[in-house]
Amino acid sequence: MTGKLLTINGLTKAYPGVIANDDVSFQITNGEVHALLGENGAGKSTLVKMIYGLVKPDAGSMTLNDAAYAPNEPRAARSAGVAMVFQHFSLFEALNVAENIALGMENPPAMGQLSAKISQVSGDYGLPLDPHRLVGDLSAGERQRVEIIRCLLQDPKLLIMDEPTSVLTPQEVDILFATLKLLREQGTSILYISHKLEEIRTLCDEATVLRGGKNVGTCIPRETSASAMAEMMVGTRLSPPQKAYKKLEKTVLQLNGLNLSPASPFGTSLKDITLEIRAGEILGIGGVAGNGQDELLGALSGEAKSAPQSVQMDGQNLGHLSPNARRKLGLLAAPEERLGHAAAPDMTLTENAMLTAAERENLQSNGFLNWTRSRSFAEKVIARFDVRTPGPENAARSLSGGNLQKFVIGREILQNPRVLVVNQPTWGVDASAAAAIRQALLDLAADGAAVLVISQDLDELMEITDRFAALNEGRLSAPVATSDLTVEKIGLMLGGAHGMEVAHDTVVHP
Amino acid sequence: MDLSAINPIVLIASLMVASTPILLAAIGELVVEKSGVLNLGVEGMMITGAICGFAMAVETGSPALGFIGAALGGAALSLIFAFLTQVLLSNQVATGLALTLFGLGFSALIGQSYIGVKPPTSATLILGLDAMVFVGIGIIAVTWWVLKYTRVGLILRAVGENHDAAHALGYKVVLIRTAAIAFGGACAGLGGAYLSLIRVPQWTEGMTSGAGWIALAIVVFASWKPWRVLLGAYLFGGITVLQLNLQAAGVKIPVEYLSMSPYLITIIVLVIMSADRTRTALNAPAMLGRSFHASN
Amino acid sequence: MIRLEKRKQPSQVWSYLTPILAVIATMIAGGIMFWILGKNPFEAIRIIFWDPLFNTQFASYSRPQLLVKAAPLILIAIGLSLGFRAGVWNIGAEGQYVIGAICGAAVGLAFYPMESFIIFPLMVLAGAFGGFLWAMIPALLKIAFRTNEILVSLLLVYVADQLLASMALSTLRNPDGGGFPGSRNLQQYPSAANPELIAGTGAHWGVVAALIAVIFAYILLAKHKLGFQIKLAGQSPRAAHFAGVNTSVIIVVCLGLSGLLAGLAGLFEVAGPAGQISIDFASNYGFTAIIVAFLGRLHPVGILLAGLLMALTYIGGELAQLMLGIPLAAIQAFQGMLLFFLLAMDVLTDYRPVIGKAKVV
Repeated sequence: MTGKLLTINGLTKAYPGVIANDDVSFQITNGEVHALLGENGAGKSTLVKMIYGLVKPDAGSMTLNDAAYAPNEPRAARSAGVAMVFQHFSLFEALNVAENIALGMENPPAMGQLSAKISQVSGDYGLPLDPHRLVGDLSAGERQRVEIIRCLLQDPKLLIMDEPTSVLTPQEVDILFATLKLLREQGTSILYISHKLEEIRTLCDEATVLRGGKNVGTCIPRETSASAMAEMMVGTRLSPPQKAYKKLEKTVLQLNGLNLSPASPFGTSLKDITLEIRAGEILGIGGVAGNGQDELLGALSGEAKSAPQSVQMDGQNLGHLSPNARRKLGLLAAPEERLGHAAAPDMTLTENAMLTAAERENLQSNGFLNWTRSRSFAEKVIARFDVRTPGPENAARSLSGGNLQKFVIGREILQNPRVLVVNQPTWGVDASAAAAIRQALLDLAADGAAVLVISQDLDELMEITDRFAALNEGRLSAPVATSDLTVEKIGLMLGGAHGMEVAHDTVVHP
Repeated sequence: MDLSAINPIVLIASLMVASTPILLAAIGELVVEKSGVLNLGVEGMMITGAICGFAMAVETGSPALGFIGAALGGAALSLIFAFLTQVLLSNQVATGLALTLFGLGFSALIGQSYIGVKPPTSATLILGLDAMVFVGIGIIAVTWWVLKYTRVGLILRAVGENHDAAHALGYKVVLIRTAAIAFGGACAGLGGAYLSLIRVPQWTEGMTSGAGWIALAIVVFASWKPWRVLLGAYLFGGITVLQLNLQAAGVKIPVEYLSMSPYLITIIVLVIMSADRTRTALNAPAMLGRSFHASN
Repeated sequence: MIRLEKRKQPSQVWSYLTPILAVIATMIAGGIMFWILGKNPFEAIRIIFWDPLFNTQFASYSRPQLLVKAAPLILIAIGLSLGFRAGVWNIGAEGQYVIGAICGAAVGLAFYPMESFIIFPLMVLAGAFGGFLWAMIPALLKIAFRTNEILVSLLLVYVADQLLASMALSTLRNPDGGGFPGSRNLQQYPSAANPELIAGTGAHWGVVAALIAVIFAYILLAKHKLGFQIKLAGQSPRAAHFAGVNTSVIIVVCLGLSGLLAGLAGLFEVAGPAGQISIDFASNYGFTAIIVAFLGRLHPVGILLAGLLMALTYIGGELAQLMLGIPLAAIQAFQGMLLFFLLAMDVLTDYRPVIGKAKVV
């Protein structure tokens, strides 16, 4: 089956101060996996939102199966045969799988029938799922299956997948790809959004590359080298971070059998976590989202308290200490969520500098705050980390993701930590800011601090860490030297494929 | 003191009457909260319903039309709340308080000419109970069925659980919430009119005296489950009736202390319910009180 | 079609402009309301906002009343504003005000008829402590059981009202009062009275306390760690937790201070303008102060101005009742409307209205 399915013609969408999509045109043929490739902020999300009817284009047109296609809401898109799996899942934690799926359908059958149908489709495509479980209790991979099955039940002609592998282990990725290939054989087209070059080369038939909201070219991924695609995507060559040779010194931070129950009903509990970090070392902790990363950061920053001896720094018990007591001793942290956790969105950068630096930078005396000093500390961070902002009196939320992240990481690094813990340091950050942040972490370790990097980006961990450990369902594997790792090995450390063993064989070789 | 004057059947019937106003208001608020909105203006909507219903019944001579007027009055007031919180994205707590303050003043204003007026009497069905007692139970049953078994109910719960996801799936969050708020306003209005037309029956300023706040507490007590609203309302009604009977029977406790007992017991019940952290956290709609703005 | 677009940062200009616009909008809407009531709207607005201050016939009586009414409103609103900033919603200030008055008056009456300079200070302490304790009930329940402080503090208002009735009818009833409810009049008991300090101004000790509270709150919020933590806890609870803010401390401080200030307001009222514990002592100051706090944008100086304005509507309202027969309830509705307009216009500080094609929502 060939022929055009969806033609996109000159789509343009502008937001105040930024043109998200500028005259983008391309075609998707029947039964192909078409990649949409681009960096964070290249305009991929806006483009697919227009295809899915969530955003209305300012100019341009689309045709679907030779008929004009201008969905004004997702419902219209769905009834035209376009389905979408979101990057950040559009799921409801307190509802069960069947209810979640019913919400995404136009005319769902009665619950009993729907459950039976879910079980059937999940069997057919090798995506096992219990329709009666609460979504809040599912792993990230299982949640994605809910989304996929929700789409498949509507027999879509075009399936849009937004960064589907960012939450999967390598083994789960293989299974997802098998399902997608099966769909392609059945004639379904797939629009596959990603910035991961290798997986696009394995899976996709054609790729459209976006940069700065413009279509900068189309290629056949199998016949194009990864570096050539990367250049199309980024535009300029980036220099990889410099790792200095270092000699490891004594252990600074130690976790001894750390146990922690979660604060929220759907959180993960930490189970018996033990590790050591030495001065000058970067230890990476990999894992799929929702396996205890936030909880681990909280246990280290002091937001969650644990048994005194379960966290030790230089032999001193810290498990019971408050965040500021830990800061005083030199244990600093930068959480994943920039807006609302690492920084208060509506407060100025001066105030946000006060947020964590009051103790170590002497910004207070007898409870009275010295705003002048706080301002000059904020200015120092802005200057040293090239934070693009008119000045320290601007609200944190006015900064772009990359700039705020540089501010947040810079704020901790300039306080001269003995141990720095960061979670997802470059998530959603543009390439140049990401490179700057990674280099700063390497420099910090080279200066003798111990750095713990929690990240879901395996490439990042391979690039900057000395040792690697995996977090899986709240348990931490024994660390291994990063230089000894293979993708296969990492996948197994991350827990392989969650709950996939049963239906595996039916799909992988259909 | 003569406790034998307390007749159990009369006691139960008067318990049902005493609990109907808060039952109506609470089931309305439950639907509002299920959609993820916290409307603290129940007291204001109740008292507005009380005067609208009273005025309507007096002017037309029909208690039934009075109740319809009360529902419309309560809903109209709640739409101010809906406009402020859903369209202008104002803080729900503050706006709910504004609704209560405004409702108390506004009702007193229209009520000027109705002080001392007697409303038309409502027909009773059995045991001296009027139709509204059963309408209240009926609304609970229907709410339970809709929330549990229908698509409308599923969508309402989904909006209250995760408005961003509901929006991404194409559901009209603001519209659904506005409808829920109006339903809550209508129910609160009915509850208020029940006070002024049947329970008391006359109009006095500030006559709801905290019933709206107790209704809010009962939603928490019920863990957002419709049938437990009935239980909570009857519990409260029972205490109210009991203390009134004790007052009448001349128990040697000062009247003021008996009168404060329903409020104190409501607080104690709230404490017991909120002490169970996991259950409240699981049942409370996750988006309760948060503003929704489609930013993309 | 008009749609809203989030500003990159809150607009300073609009945050000053919105209260003023809200007052103007309320005058217009209120005028319409008075017109519907069959009154001349311009005359009504003039009587409410102008005559109490500048009409030669009334000003001599009304002007001192301004401070008398504004003092409790400002005292209470300052306390409430701290909690509102932190996301701790004490809406039971009315109850704390009543309990403060009862405790303070009880201490004073216990000494009757002894005269000593120590009695009034003791009453002040007792009033503050009573309000503080009453506010500690929702605070401690929230900390220990996460019980909703909005509902508990509010329900306690009704409990306080019953206690007040009980005090007026039995415990604190004037033994020489011939069986009438109500306590002895503290104004006729020099050691316990809260007199007018400067004749003709209306200024009593409550006015002094209100000014001190404004200055104290200003320093707390602008310069002190605790004030910063209060703001942080309200704006961004997770960031506050990360910054090491202890939520329990914030709850105790916010509820405790607002209870203490409401208790003080109650004590100054009972020992001064009201004079005695009576059944109708509760005067809604605790609720009106909520409007004052928002109208003042939760800022101490703003609250000072808003308290004066709201006091003016009280006095003007009484005058309008006297002159035009406008019911007092209309003023209450008027005040409620003011809060509506204020909240409605607040959207402009955080969002920019944009005229243009609507996006798919």
